[in-house]
Order: sequence, then C-alpha cells, then structure tokens
Amino acid sequence: MQSVIVNNLSKSYGKKKEIKAVKEISFEVSKGELFGIIGPDGAGKTSLFRMLTTLLLPDAGNAAVDGSDVVKNYKDIRKKVGYMPGRFSLYQDLSVEENLNFFATIFNTTVQHNYDLIKDIYVQIEPFKTRKAGKLSGGMKQKLALSCALIHRPVVLFLDEPTTGVDAVSRKEFWEMLKHLKQQGITILVSTPYMDEAGLCDRIGLMQQGKILSVGTPAEITGAFKETILGVKSNNMYQLLKDLNANDEVEDAYSFGEYHHTVMKPNFNKETLQQYLEQKGNKELVIQNTQPTVEDSFMQLMKQ
Amino acid sequence: MKQFLSFVKKEFFHIWRDKQTLFILLGMPIVQITIFGFALTNEVKNAEIAILDQSKDAATTQLISEIRASQYFTVSAFLNSPNDIAETFKQNKAKIILVLPASFNSDLKHLNKAQVQLIADASDPNTATTLINYATAIITDYQKNINKTSQIPMVINTQVRMLYNPQLKGAYSFVPGVMAMVLMLVCTMMTAITIVREKEIGTMEVMLVSPVQPLKIVVAKAVPYLLLSIVNIISILLLSVFVLDVPINGSIVLLMGESILFTITCLSFGLLISSLTGSQQTAMFIALTGMFLPTIMLSGFMFPVENMPLPLRLISNIVPSRWFYQIVRAVMIKGLGIEGVWKQTLILIAMTLFLLTLAVKKFKIRLE
Repeated sequence: MQSVIVNNLSKSYGKKKEIKAVKEISFEVSKGELFGIIGPDGAGKTSLFRMLTTLLLPDAGNAAVDGSDVVKNYKDIRKKVGYMPGRFSLYQDLSVEENLNFFATIFNTTVQHNYDLIKDIYVQIEPFKTRKAGKLSGGMKQKLALSCALIHRPVVLFLDEPTTGVDAVSRKEFWEMLKHLKQQGITILVSTPYMDEAGLCDRIGLMQQGKILSVGTPAEITGAFKETILGVKSNNMYQLLKDLNANDEVEDAYSFGEYHHTVMKPNFNKETLQQYLEQKGNKELVIQNTQPTVEDSFMQLMKQ
Repeated sequence: MKQFLSFVKKEFFHIWRDKQTLFILLGMPIVQITIFGFALTNEVKNAEIAILDQSKDAATTQLISEIRASQYFTVSAFLNSPNDIAETFKQNKAKIILVLPASFNSDLKHLNKAQVQLIADASDPNTATTLINYATAIITDYQKNINKTSQIPMVINTQVRMLYNPQLKGAYSFVPGVMAMVLMLVCTMMTAITIVREKEIGTMEVMLVSPVQPLKIVVAKAVPYLLLSIVNIISILLLSVFVLDVPINGSIVLLMGESILFTITCLSFGLLISSLTGSQQTAMFIALTGMFLPTIMLSGFMFPVENMPLPLRLISNIVPSRWFYQIVRAVMIKGLGIEGVWKQTLILIAMTLFLLTLAVKKFKIRLE
C-alpha cells in the first residue's frame, strides 16, 4: 500500500492566486520509504508539506496520507502523522523534559510508552533534560524536535528542512537517526535544499518552482544523465569557467567544489578541448571523467 | 481532560517563567489603585489654613475649633493684622485664610447676621474652589449649631446634600473604573497576545497537526488568566476597603460573580482578536484601541456618558466596560442586589456569548 499519494496537487497564494507555489504535483511514497524532496529555497517544499499535514488547503488536486484524504479526513491524519516544521517550533521557555511530556500528552500517550522509539535520539539530549529548550544548541534543538514529533509513534513522519542551519556533524547524525527510524517501519518524507543529502534517501523528488522535475532513486536519477561530464580545473578557475562556456563542444559548465563540472555535447574530443584551454592560457590543467551527481541532474533538468 | 490540564499547566509555566510580565500583571492593579487613590484625587486633605481672628471671643473660638477638628484643614498660623495676609500667601504658609471681623460675636448676637471672609490662594484654582467649599460647609454647620440654641432663628439657606458620597470622594468612581481597566488589560490583551505568540513562534503549527481540538488549546489559554484576574479583583477590593475606605455596600458574592462574568467577556474578546490577527503587535494594537481606550473614554469612568454627543453615546452601548462599570457602582457603592443590575448583567452575558461564538467560529484550524 502507498503511504502517501499526491495527485495533481496545486497551491497558489495572493488575492488573485497569482503566486503559484505548487503546480500540479503528483508522486507516491511507499510504506516504510525514506523519501526526499530536494529543491532550492522557494521551490514550494514547505507549501507541499503543509498541504500534506492538513495545515493548508490545496487549490486543486488531491492527496492522501496513510489512506486518509488531506481535506476530508484531516482529523484522522492529525492523529497519525508526525510533523517537524522547518523552524524550531517548541516552547523555548519549557525545559527539554517538559516539552517532551507536553507533546506526549497532547497525543494522548506518555513518554514511557514509546520510549524505545526515541531512546537513541533522546539519550543524547537527556543530560540536558532540565535545560530550557531555548538554551539548547542547534543540533540539540533538532533532536528534541524530532523526539517530540516521534513521541506518538507516527505512521508517517514529515520533516521540513530538518538539517537547515545545522552543522555538518549533526547533519550526519541526523541522517543516521532517520535510517534507524526507517527500520522501525515509519514512512519518512524529508525536504532539504542540500543536494548531497539526496543520496541518503531511498527515493527522491527533485523540485523546482513548484514542479517536481523528476522522481526516482538517486541512482535512477543520475543514471538518466546520458551526457559525459568532465571535471576540469586549472590555476585560474574564473577564467577557466568563461573559456569553457565559450567553447562550442561544451553544453554547460558550472563550478562544483574543486572542479568545474563540464557537460559535453555528443562526439566531443577531449584533446581538442585540452588544446583549446591551453591556448587560452590555462595552466596546471586537469581534465578527468566524472560520474554525474544528483546536482548535475538537477542542473540539467532545471535548464529544460 | 488530562490533555486539557497539561495545557493549563504549560500556560502556567509560560506565565510563571516570564517574571517581568507576571510582576506587571499582578502589580498593575495595586499601582493603579494607589495612583488613582492618592495622587489623582481632587480631594484636598490637611490643607493649611491661617486664621485672622480679630474678635477672639467665645463664638470665634468655637468656630476655629470646628475647623481644627476637620480633617481637611490644619491650622498653620494665627495672624495678628490684615497686613499679614499677603505675606502669609507669599511664604506659602497657608492655602486659605479665614478672616473673622472684630464685631463677629456682637453682630451675630445683636443683628443675627455676621460676616466672615475666606481668602484663598487661587493660583491653583481647583484646590482653592475645593477648599472654599469645605470651609463654607464647616461655617454653615457651625451656624446651624448655634441656631439650635438661639431663640431667634438665623437666615441660612444653604443646603447641599450628596447621595452616597457626601464628601465627593474620588475613590467611589474610580475603583469600579480601575477594575474594568485592569481586567481588560490582563484578559483581553494578554490572551490575545499569548495565542498569537504561538502562531508567531510556530508552535501553533505543530499543535494543529495533533489530535487536540483547537477549542481546547484556546480555552486552556484563558484559564490561567481567569485565575490571575480573580487575584487582581481580590487585591483591588482589599485595597479599596482597607486603604481607600471605599466600602462594599452590596453582596461580595454578587460583586465577584459579576467581575468573573466581565472577565469572561474580556477573555472572549481576547480570543476573538487572536483568531483574527497574525502578529503580536497587531493583537496588542487592536486590544488597546478596541477595549482599553473605550473603557477609559466611553464607560463613564472618566467622562459622564450623559454629556457625550449622541454618536458617542450610541457607541458607548457596545462597550462592555460601560455596563460593568455601572454594575460595580451599583453593587459596591449603592449596595444594590441583582434586582438592580439584572439588565446590565444580561447585556454582558449576551455580549460574552456573541464574542465567544464568533471567536470559536473564526478560530482557524489551518494556517490560512
């Protein structure tokens, strides 16, 4: 059975509905899947999550979470999903323990009852349980928020940009926790602007300007990338990028970490490219074949 | 129920941990009652009076002793000649001077008519007027007293009688006013602000995606402020009775009941504001202009409703504090029972029901 079914979902804002945040999105998430919505800020990720968590009414289309319609059966959904908004949304003036107990009570459960589920996460913040939530570090806040969202053992967990503004180590830990939760059979929908987190999901949906560009496993998405990508670097990266984009054989070039990822047109010749770049005065030139990443796919899909 | 209690407990934590706000909320009625009671009063107590007694006989001595006995005056000096009068005022030794002519006693005895002169320092006209009134009242009293013993009646025709408040005590009118004001501030503004705060910090978003009925969230918010208000009502009443000598002439139970009713009216209005607004600033602004200013301006507390132009009089009808103010005055000062205030009570109940229904209807179960 599909845990989440989204069918032509649309959402617009403004008096005349002129700002289209989500445009006829459709996708499905299987039970127990870790599904990532990857997209830059303003892609419509939060609007989508809010519709799925019954906080916003869609303008068109429909969606179901665990078999319940997000509009008609919104009360059922509110009982069985866990939701962690992008912004830290716990009571800053309550302690860690008080926050957790409070959220357990509003979901008609107790911390003890579902302790096994949150144990791995909660033990990390337990030494600070009497500390006010507002005084926690960013990473600890995320752990507390996740504990609170999990305390009632939700069927589906919605995490809206849980790793935004969190340091690299905490981000890594956070994804470890998600993997662990997945093993407990919880369906997880997570949104993130970080492309490097895409590989950690079972399946991903690339989102841009309110549209889903592509859905699939990370391997499927990068596998759909047919062109060759070269990683190119030299002593003058800025000049190099200009030269690359000016070349006829180059489809697209953009900086990617240490290298410039250069998407080549079919039937290109690596030597010709090297000669061309050397002619232009690039020194210490390195040209190597590179595997396409999700970001490369995203860049390409965006251009289409 | 457990859910609800846990909400209420959480609200208490919020209030308790925000010590500054708590201090303001509980201290406000005390400060306001004290300010209105002592600083902003038009009563004058222990005003210095100087006396120029040119007669020094039995009659003047008796009159002077009556002035001395009054709590409004303290005799600060006895003058020897009319020339001292200007000097006394210049040195600020007295605010008012009573001049008794040399012929005071004989005039009184033989002509049945005597003259006294009151000279007041009119640089503060309000105080001067008040003092003249006080002094005149004492003299009139005195004249009445000697009338009792003399065979030939004297022609005095001053008769002033003030119902309920013979000394024109300011406290009688502002205690009900301050009660209305404090309840409004605590209930309307604070409930509106705390609910909107949950929207602002995003906790409302999390709360909505939970099985809790939204109504429960809202009512749980109101409970601590209701209790806080009861504490405030009690402290205002205690201060009124023991510090300001304003008696509670009617039933305390009725007074408390009416106050709680008004508290609920205010809470409902606060809830309505919170349902309609999205930011704490807007909520505060609406609470202030929508409730606080009308309470001061249109409830009859500062300015008599009867003197207002018709449009304002009509508007004052929809100001809940106007009716509450009337109720408190009636119960507390005049000592009336429910038969005297049933009309106002019904109006308040109707307003409360209307506001509450609207607030619940307008409560957003989603983010839009």
